[in-house]
Amino acid sequence: MSSITKETVCYVADLARLYLTDEEIEQMTESLNKILEFEEQLNSVNTDNVEPMAHAVPLNNVMREDVVEESMPIREAMLNAPDEVEGFFRVPRIIEKD
Amino acid sequence: MPLEDYTIVIGLEVHAELATDSKLFCGCSTSFGSEANTQICPRCLGLPGTLPVLNKKAVEYAVRAGLALDCKINKFSKFDRKNYFYPDLSKAYQISQYDQPICEHGHVEFYVGGEKKVVGITRIHLEEEAGKSIHSGTSISDSDFSLEDYNRSGIPLIEIVSEPDIRSPEEARIYMETLRSILRYIGVSDCKMEEGSLRCDANISLMPKGATVFGTRTEIKNMNSFRAVQKALEYEAERHAKLLDSGEKIVQETRTWDDNLGITLSMRSKEEAHDYRYFPEPDLVPVILEDEFVTDIKNSLPELPAEKFRRYLEEFGLPEYDAELITADRDLAEYFEAVVAIYNKDYKAVSNWIMGEFMRLMNEQGIEVGEVKIKPEDFAAMLKLMDEGVISSKIAKVVFEEMFNTGKEPKTIVGEKGLVQISDSSAIEQIVADVIKDNPGPVAEYLGGKDKVLGFLVGQVMKLSKGKANPQMANEFLKKALAELSKNQ
Ligand SMILES: [Zn+2]
Repeated sequence: MSSITKETVCYVADLARLYLTDEEIEQMTESLNKILEFEEQLNSVNTDNVEPMAHAVPLNNVMREDVVEESMPIREAMLNAPDEVEGFFRVPRIIEKD
Repeated sequence: MPLEDYTIVIGLEVHAELATDSKLFCGCSTSFGSEANTQICPRCLGLPGTLPVLNKKAVEYAVRAGLALDCKINKFSKFDRKNYFYPDLSKAYQISQYDQPICEHGHVEFYVGGEKKVVGITRIHLEEEAGKSIHSGTSISDSDFSLEDYNRSGIPLIEIVSEPDIRSPEEARIYMETLRSILRYIGVSDCKMEEGSLRCDANISLMPKGATVFGTRTEIKNMNSFRAVQKALEYEAERHAKLLDSGEKIVQETRTWDDNLGITLSMRSKEEAHDYRYFPEPDLVPVILEDEFVTDIKNSLPELPAEKFRRYLEEFGLPEYDAELITADRDLAEYFEAVVAIYNKDYKAVSNWIMGEFMRLMNEQGIEVGEVKIKPEDFAAMLKLMDEGVISSKIAKVVFEEMFNTGKEPKTIVGEKGLVQISDSSAIEQIVADVIKDNPGPVAEYLGGKDKVLGFLVGQVMKLSKGKANPQMANEFLKKALAELSKNQ
């Protein structure tokens, strides 16, 4: 049975840009392992002749026609911009300095 | 050892924006060049509570591309989330297709220096485009901030992944040009590299000739023209060879092409080694293609450039060079076919005019075939006027340019400008006499045995007649007059 280490939790948290305290790392490691244990139960089911499921809802081909609809007013869109410059979203430095 | 002793192995990932009116998962317009952030909505921005809905036309276009590239069309495909943080991706994930793409196992054929080349297509998948970043500095690495425009984010893309079958930078360029030609023929993308609607990343590695294990590869980005694709790969192949020769190791990394400096540079991004944590997109249901849907698309495909090329050789007897050049662009090929449908006396003459004056004027004025004012029937009428001796080939060029600029019929232009060829004997005799009188030096030289001077004298006759003298008659009359002179000497 695979188990999740603190290192895994830190790595995933880092990828998701989450900053966890030591206590939270401890907690997360424990709960993630519990989830994994719970999922392990599924391994006891025989799935030899069962097609993998791509979606939980039994639906396919939900599509729309290629029709242009109105976009949102730029002022409204900019309400969510932490930093705006003349209609652009301004973001901080992308590549860190050497 | 020199580069020739290595086998170069190249694979390309080509991104083509699909020519749909609306985005892949929302109704925002895909038109190019609008003011920043005016074609965005809660869905393409990924605001909480919104759901994507797949654009049917994009699916159709992806299948169309797959069929044109001889792919197997997968009846079942699904979408996945590719997770990464980058400011041009406002959702922090891109909806793409991971393990079940819409098309697989195709191939493309083209000619390199007369030799046929086949490159395998691993897969074609559908995904959404990212936004566009404008950096404050001269490059991303010296920019303290960047500005984001999300108009482009969510535009449908197909990513066409090739097998590592390409063996030279030149082949890579021709492969790209062939893809563009095909995608434009089938109308799924306008493929404008300068607007970014066609882009590619390249993987390249070297191995000693005869080896079977590929060397360490590097990935090149930011090649914004066909020329740049070839140049960047030439540079990178040389760089690999030098490193290998000096016993150094190639670092597997992503490099960016700097077109001004003509070199590739390492992209030291802080981004974690690619760990995209793909998982099935829970907000979209699978796509299951009915046979009929695929068959209908297949039946609607036009004649593709490779088939046209073969037909031009057989049906019109054109040289390979002509056939390739004309069939590379669908509009040009259709124009050619419209002209030869009316003028079938000399296919090569039509091809010469198209590759010559027609394309010269188009390039000069920066316009496309669709914008050309000459109607195919007028093109054919001009060639007939030449055949009938009404205009000389020299005058034809003048008429053609006028037709190109005004869209007028050739007969009208000839009438308006008094360009009818002079085939009247007495008129030409008079001009010949004048030329002989005005050029005693050359005439003496000719009479002294320098036959070559005749060409100059014919030229003078043409000049004096403003190009309107019938060249055969000018030649004949001049010879006759000079022979007379010689006798009387
Ligand atoms: Zn939108």
